[in-house]
Amino acid sequence: MSAEHLYLLTGMALFVMGGVYVVSNPQLLGKILAINVAGSGVFMVLITIAYRARAEYPDPVPQAMVLTGIVVAVSATAVALALAVRVRNASSDNDTDKTTEE
Amino acid sequence: MLAAEYILVLLIVLPLTAAVVAFLWPRYAAPVALVSAAAMLLLSANLALLITATEPIRYNLGGWQAPLGIALYADGLAVLMVSMTAIVGIAVAAYARAYFQPGDSATGSRVALFWPLWLLLTAGLNALFLSIDAFNIYVTLELVGLSAVALVAIAQKPEALRAAMRYLLVSLLGSLAYMLGVALLYAQYATLDLEMLHLSMNATPATWTALVLMSSGLMLKAALFPLHFWLPPAHSSAPAPVSALLSALVVKAAFYLVLRLWLHVFEEIVTVNAAQLMGMLGAGAILWGSLQALRAERFKLLVAYSTVAQIGYLFLAIPLAQTEGASLAAASAAVYLALSHAFAKAAMFTTAGTVLHVAGHDRIRDMAGISQSYPLTAFTMGLAGMALIGLPPSGGFMGKWLMLNAAFVSGQWWWVVVLLVGSLLAAAYVFRVISHAFTHLEQIPYQIKLDWKLEWPGLLLALLAALLSILALPLFDALNISTVLSGTPLTESKP
Repeated sequence: MSAEHLYLLTGMALFVMGGVYVVSNPQLLGKILAINVAGSGVFMVLITIAYRARAEYPDPVPQAMVLTGIVVAVSATAVALALAVRVRNASSDNDTDKTTEE
Repeated sequence: MLAAEYILVLLIVLPLTAAVVAFLWPRYAAPVALVSAAAMLLLSANLALLITATEPIRYNLGGWQAPLGIALYADGLAVLMVSMTAIVGIAVAAYARAYFQPGDSATGSRVALFWPLWLLLTAGLNALFLSIDAFNIYVTLELVGLSAVALVAIAQKPEALRAAMRYLLVSLLGSLAYMLGVALLYAQYATLDLEMLHLSMNATPATWTALVLMSSGLMLKAALFPLHFWLPPAHSSAPAPVSALLSALVVKAAFYLVLRLWLHVFEEIVTVNAAQLMGMLGAGAILWGSLQALRAERFKLLVAYSTVAQIGYLFLAIPLAQTEGASLAAASAAVYLALSHAFAKAAMFTTAGTVLHVAGHDRIRDMAGISQSYPLTAFTMGLAGMALIGLPPSGGFMGKWLMLNAAFVSGQWWWVVVLLVGSLLAAAYVFRVISHAFTHLEQIPYQIKLDWKLEWPGLLLALLAALLSILALPLFDALNISTVLSGTPLTESKP
């Protein structure tokens, strides 16, 4: 197995692990972090795709995709965290479960 | 008339700019939003005329050609979706202007955020419908998802916030799955342009994985059964104008991409069994959504479950379109049902908002007397319900009729059974609401005088849905120049 395959499979595994955690774990903060782990998995796959064994330079297109993806991931995480704080405040007002979703 | 290239760019840039203006100067937010809504209606009508007169339009941004450049592209299908967005948009904006009163305790100070978020959502939707670059579509999916989530969170109620949170996580997961699929496609074909991908498609395991990943991400976003769990709480706890936008437009965006991917981009490698599976999920959505709608006790929850069911019909087009002679009928049917549902469902949610406004609740069994006090609202409910059931001359009827045709032509009789059972169930849940709303009472319980601005936007939308099949021919003309249906080669527009 080449290094390329190792990176590719690790990326895929990260995506699957993040996805499974989002679905199975009730912790809100954990879910948000897991989405980021899954996202990093996708970025890793893209970076591996950009690697071209025989060429002098790597392919810039997947790298541009990763850069855009990071921008999106940062904003999405910011929105998720802001929303999580409001969910938590609203829940503690009503004296219900604090950080879990329902 | 403006040149088509300018219209494509304006349809995205105008709402985006207006969103910034509306956010920075909240005092002018509503007028700015209404003016841009009117402008987008004119632009989409102009684009529709241009396209039906010529051919699909492709515009390479910055003059860069694919595979490196990113292009905007408009064919009949894209134009119909953009027009749907513009029509629902202006009606909902007019309704929202009357619905969100300043100082309303139920929604609070965050109401001011409705306008910039709505404009941002519109920019995202237009960009999604007009993109032909797989990665650009990922970015637009995120734009649409984030603004839709923020719109749900305008409602301050804890259940709305929890629904928004779950919606956000689902939406992000869906986008990531889609992006991973795009990455696998790029690894094999070294292009992100959907048309170039279509031309170089091979049935490799990696391509199949890409199709599965992209489709599952989009199915999650379209709330296709059994991935619909997030939709009913999000759509029923959002403020009524937001629910109208989400049910009418946002879920259609994901379906639009599924339609393009399955009927065009991946056309060569889609197998009969895979298409049948999509149809079976659609059938599951119709049955499950309708049964849940029958059981719902709140009007808004019923309407939200009805969306789950109506999304199911759209997916029946995928197996039906696989047979040579039936593909045009099947794809047109899906478009008819999508448009009809967009208008009818937006109208239905405006009436639900009105009921909440006058009664303070939306319990179905306590809705008696609505038709006595507010005949126009009750009439709107009836018209929209008619389109949801699929009675003639509504767009729903046209869609189901075309779907039945496609089922008979392709010999797939089992979908006929699904369509008939689905229509019966729809009739049952619509009449459940109507019968309560039209019950006459000795003493009328509603004292609030209703602003006419809360009634006419819904009425116009419901009329459009109920009369859509009369407007059939121009729609067919528009669809005929769609690459999805006829495989017309793309034409380069001059930069």
